[in-house]
Amino acid sequence: MPLLDAREVHGGYGGMNILNGVDMAIEADQIGVIVGPNGAGKSTMLKAIFGQLNVTQGDILLRGEPIQNLPTNRLVELGMGFVPQEHNVFPSLTVKENLEMGAFLKPGNVKRMLSKVYEFFPPLHEKRHQPAGELSGGQRQMVAMGRALMAEPELLLLDEPTAGLSPKYMYEIFDRVKEVNAAGVGILMVEQNAKQALAIADKGFVLAAGQNRFTDTGQALLADPDVAKSFLGG
Amino acid sequence: MNEFVFFINNVLIAGSVTGSIYAIGAVGVTLVFSIMRFAHFAHADMMTFGAFMVLLLATLFPHAGDVIGVPTAIVMLPLAMVLTAALAVGIDKAFYKPLRAHGVKPIVMVIGSLGVTLMLQGLIRLFSGTGGQSLYVDDRKEIFRLALPFEGARVPVVITEPQIYLFVLTLVAVIGLQLFLSRTRLGKAMRAMSDNPDLARASGINTNTIVAVTWVIVGGLAAIAGTLLSMDVTFKPDLSFHLLLPIFAAAIVGGVGHPFGAIAGGFVVGFAETLAVFNWRVLLRPFSDSLPEWLALPSNLAFVGTEYKIVVPFFILVAILVWRPTGIFKGKVI
Repeated sequence: MPLLDAREVHGGYGGMNILNGVDMAIEADQIGVIVGPNGAGKSTMLKAIFGQLNVTQGDILLRGEPIQNLPTNRLVELGMGFVPQEHNVFPSLTVKENLEMGAFLKPGNVKRMLSKVYEFFPPLHEKRHQPAGELSGGQRQMVAMGRALMAEPELLLLDEPTAGLSPKYMYEIFDRVKEVNAAGVGILMVEQNAKQALAIADKGFVLAAGQNRFTDTGQALLADPDVAKSFLGG
Repeated sequence: MNEFVFFINNVLIAGSVTGSIYAIGAVGVTLVFSIMRFAHFAHADMMTFGAFMVLLLATLFPHAGDVIGVPTAIVMLPLAMVLTAALAVGIDKAFYKPLRAHGVKPIVMVIGSLGVTLMLQGLIRLFSGTGGQSLYVDDRKEIFRLALPFEGARVPVVITEPQIYLFVLTLVAVIGLQLFLSRTRLGKAMRAMSDNPDLARASGINTNTIVAVTWVIVGGLAAIAGTLLSMDVTFKPDLSFHLLLPIFAAAIVGGVGHPFGAIAGGFVVGFAETLAVFNWRVLLRPFSDSLPEWLALPSNLAFVGTEYKIVVPFFILVAILVWRPTGIFKGKVI
């Protein structure tokens, strides 16, 4: 059974459909990457999975259980974590407090998961008493991912985790994503840096106009001349 | 020496009293703003409600305090805090929650809270009458006169019993709030929701719970402020209401959304008020003999007359909004 199985998902904001039948499935040990042009519905799909917009048609299953339109705290309990693209930390809370908030529903987890997150992101341990708003963009992204990991999700949704980061930090974040995945967390992320992201993807989804255009392994998509020509800038 | 005592009585003590009341009031206003993003005008009448509950309870059980030797009003305060917290949660359920569910703009919430303020005040007036009543129903307000151990100090430092309770409870409330917000899971979640409500939800924080917790704290603090204010003066159904605007001024001066800014703002506004109406001539009197004849001191050297006291908070408020709109501690702009 796939970890996440989204079938024919339709949905959007206020009556306007942005998603027109998207299929998306990943296994528990996989990294899935969503790429595509602006306005293709990439982030919208992520939000639909995380219950932040109304799904009008289709099914979203987490380990076979339907989850569409469930309240957010229920989704967190079911094992889903979400890292938004922007405003993804609590700026006035310290790094440690940010992480603790991630485990809000599982307070028993805090100690164990804190040391685990500090292991993934050593710079966070050093800055744990500093307000997250004072950190650099790359470190803030680590706080954001760490916060989501604190609830021990089975599926982690990342919305453009490398947006606005320097190449050095981009690779650093991708390395961390691979490590988190290797530790047993399924990943589904939206990325603008399509080539680099597909290179670490087990599955790639190329969306356009709210529909699947190509779906294959990351390597196959990178090698496909059609994908390269239309979506990866040649 | 006596001039110095006069200064202690009329500035230090009076300013601390006003400052403490403004501070506790402003903390409540700022907490509501940081969690629900609207200026809660009914806060002052929640204070009145708390004091009225104390008055009712003290009238029902006038000797409750005798047993442990404290004023009955103080014994009844914890119960009044619970009742006021319940009122705050109830008002939210009945009036503010439906508005939030409709996703109205903050200004609609503000106007809604104005409605609540008029309603609450009317209701309290209906039961309490419009006159003043002492919260010391059957006990006596102690007034302490402390003679200073200096030669020539003829005037004592005067401090009343409710003022001492006010200072102690302000300190307790500030420390308690600090510990709650920085150490407990719910307190941190409140700060998280104030920072970024969407991310708080995405972390699985139930925002309805946080809203309810906020009202409980706000109601409790309002009862403390209202009760101690009424103990210091007398209970009147519109006593706290007249402090609403200075309390808002204090919250804005301190930086909206910062509980500690609100406390600082409360004392800044309280002392500014007191210092503005203080007659500085008293302090200069000892030197008046040595002054040249052409520099005779006028009889009143206050910045403004007492009747203009209420203007002072607004003067500070406007100055802050012009030069530092985010307040002393960088807060949110209303």
